[in-house]
Amino acid sequence: MTWTVLLLACAGCYLLKLAGMAVPARLLDHPVVERVADRIPVALLAALVAVQVFAAGTTLVVDARLAALGFAVVALLLRAPFLVVVFGAALVAALLRLA
Amino acid sequence: MATAADDGLSWPRERSRIVRDSLGVGVATGAYGVSFGAVGVAAGLSVAQTCALSLLMFTGASQFALAGVVAAGGAPMSAAATALLLGTRNTLYGLRMAPLLGWTGWRRVAAAQILIDESTAMGVTRDSRRAARVGFLTTGVSIFVLWNAATLVGALAGASLGDPRTYGLDAAVGAAFLALLWPRLHDPANRVVAVAAAGVALGLVPLTPAGVPVLAAGGVALLAGALSRRPDATEIPEPPEPREGTP
Repeated sequence: MTWTVLLLACAGCYLLKLAGMAVPARLLDHPVVERVADRIPVALLAALVAVQVFAAGTTLVVDARLAALGFAVVALLLRAPFLVVVFGAALVAALLRLA
Repeated sequence: MATAADDGLSWPRERSRIVRDSLGVGVATGAYGVSFGAVGVAAGLSVAQTCALSLLMFTGASQFALAGVVAAGGAPMSAAATALLLGTRNTLYGLRMAPLLGWTGWRRVAAAQILIDESTAMGVTRDSRRAARVGFLTTGVSIFVLWNAATLVGALAGASLGDPRTYGLDAAVGAAFLALLWPRLHDPANRVVAVAAAGVALGLVPLTPAGVPVLAAGGVALLAGALSRRPDATEIPEPPEPREGTP
């Protein structure tokens, strides 16, 4: 990751925030814009979960990461705190790799 | 969340209650900057880059996404594009918050940096401008300070650990994304979008360079948003319980 791309991404994310605060609401307040924007985080986060768990380069594999995700699901169902979900999942994967 | 009008609280008492609630959310959210710090370094970013993201990007899902795509070997531009797409929801929060906060000039320019899920949630529910400002500012500033401090701690710890796979940190990234996604899955339509997006992404993994599958899944959001006719209001996140959401 180069600094240039990283800083551009940071600037872009800031401008997205500022745009919401500064642009007259009617310019973006269109129902379709809102619905698309509502679904974007859902689609991207779901895709990121899938790719993080199953992808190894350009192949799909099942390994310790899937068990870690299973732990995360159970932890979230039990309303565990975020840090327990994340580091608990790491621990599960680490222990499986030791075995 | 009770308002002053509900139970006749005086403003000083209402203000101290908002500050207390907001600090609670701030501490809980800020603390898991530790996980971003560790994940960022595990993805191959330097400690300085990881900290720069928390300082300058300061919107957790985008930060995790950028690190995630980099870790998967995606091109830097794909990583940046994914982060930007996830950042678009902050624009909608801004549309809601700007008239409530009523700030102009440098105050608005500064406030934009702390415009995130939690500060919006803790500000948007108030019934007066001063209450909205206190909730937004207290939550946003406390998360900003703690998130950055925690990122540094996590990044330094991550950098001293050696191979992140030994500690399962690569597996922690998927769990982090799932935790960010979880509160949005209450909505049945979102569950359909999530499954479709995950399916599209997995289908593309063998066919495209890393980073592309996730971006392509964004197309599912485009399709779902354009085709669904339900006139739902923009989803402002619930005032988080301590465990939910990130900046």
